[in-house]
Amino acid sequence: MSSYEVAPGDKVQAGDPVVVTRYTAGARLNHWITAASLVLLALSGLALFHPSLYWLTGLFGGGPNTRMLHPWIGVVLFFSFIGLFFRFWRLNLWERTDNVWLSKIRDVLASKEESLPEVGKYNAGQKMVFWSMSLLIIVLISSGVVIWDQYFGPYFTVEQKRIAVLFHATAAIVAICVWIVHVYAAIWVRGTISAMTRGQVTGGWAWRHHRRWLKDLVTGNK
Amino acid sequence: MFQPIANPSTQPVSPKFGDQDLIRRSASSITPAAKRQTEVAKLIDVSKCIGCKACQVACLEWNNLHEEVGVNVGVYDNPHDLTANTWTLMRYSEFENPASGNLEWLIRKDGCMHCEDPGCLKACPAPGAIVQYSNGIVDFVHENCIGCGYCVKGCPFNIPRISKVDQKAYKCTLCVDRVAVGQGPACQKACPTQAIVFGTKQQMKEWADKRITDLKSRGFTNAGLYDPPGVGGTHVMYVLHHNDQPQLYAGLAKDPKISPLVELWKGGTKYAGLALIGLTAAFGFVHHLVSGANRVSKEDEENAKRLAGGRGGRS
Repeated sequence: MSSYEVAPGDKVQAGDPVVVTRYTAGARLNHWITAASLVLLALSGLALFHPSLYWLTGLFGGGPNTRMLHPWIGVVLFFSFIGLFFRFWRLNLWERTDNVWLSKIRDVLASKEESLPEVGKYNAGQKMVFWSMSLLIIVLISSGVVIWDQYFGPYFTVEQKRIAVLFHATAAIVAICVWIVHVYAAIWVRGTISAMTRGQVTGGWAWRHHRRWLKDLVTGNK
Repeated sequence: MFQPIANPSTQPVSPKFGDQDLIRRSASSITPAAKRQTEVAKLIDVSKCIGCKACQVACLEWNNLHEEVGVNVGVYDNPHDLTANTWTLMRYSEFENPASGNLEWLIRKDGCMHCEDPGCLKACPAPGAIVQYSNGIVDFVHENCIGCGYCVKGCPFNIPRISKVDQKAYKCTLCVDRVAVGQGPACQKACPTQAIVFGTKQQMKEWADKRITDLKSRGFTNAGLYDPPGVGGTHVMYVLHHNDQPQLYAGLAKDPKISPLVELWKGGTKYAGLALIGLTAAFGFVHHLVSGANRVSKEDEENAKRLAGGRGGRS
């Protein structure tokens, strides 16, 4: 409970409703570059994952182009995500209250915010999305390099490539599932998406979902 | 002597098999040809090979391939490995036989084995880039190939190579174009000692039996036919003097089968993965149907206003 839950750029503007700035323009741009590359990677990756989805290669200009583009988009995602990581990692550090929040996951799913502990800038679910994506992206980029035949083919044995391709596929599936959870949560919890489109949320949203963040913000602004 | 295949007539001949004779097509579900053609096979009798490389030359000639001029590092293997242009390669191994005290020069013609259960085809994500004809020939269809290199991971014999020029996968076709008009592969045609013979798989097994009997009578008690059951048998087979130790022949796999990693990747992962994605999405959908949106209430906004207003002194 001791950490100061405010990131640079967060601020409160009194008014009706109260408007809270949650993400800077830089953070939003960084997020959307990551988001776009993740979606493109999922589409091009799924195209080569299962024959029934091979038609998705049409979106990328055919099979050979899909094979050529996918790893480069991965490089974009990797560097873009590094940006997000260094912006967000500190407030995603795990705290004891996160365990309490997780233990009440039924109340979370039932929208009973009143029975949950006060949450800082990120709740335990968001932190799990953050850390699992960080880990998965490391697995994906490193296994991806091993199977990037055009440039790295000669540096790895066939057996290493077999292991890498299995890890790559598995990590990608989990990452897509985490992404679905992330997107669904943003839709389900109304008022969230404006945080990433205009960088702002209402005071009521912050009060309801991230009260400790709002409180720190208000007291810290004094 | 094995009865040589007669030269072709000068009259045009229509191909004996084609797309209607496929039994497998990569990343596609097809109905296999109802009636299988007689399975063909190439038999490579290692004990008769003199290492002249005529087969390598014939392969380059027939398939119009051009290998880069390489570097001699003191071994006979030339080039050093299979490449996108070298679809067959003589591999030379020296073996000091502890039983006889002889130095044996084992020369194996390496190349695609045309597996009955082809790992390359199983791994391939591009529909129709790898096909298997009912006579057993496994062929790459380059206009469908995307150059991902999955076939390399699928192959238990480390055969396919990706071209640095067009990023497509290449390997021995078993001279599918020659076989289709009743000829044998170019390498077989060129072999001066009949170390390579070609015919139906049954004929080849029978011919191999004769050769093995002969080898056994000469003291090679472990002579045998290499037709590995782990990949369902192959349509390129070897007669080996030491069939109990195939790895002596430049690392020929002892009991090759498609790697369990590849089976897992192309089997369980594919279905479990899509199912998991589907379930996650379905969970979100059902959750929203059941519990609805999580909306900010008026009180939340009032509370925020009180909190934020408090610092500005307007409450």
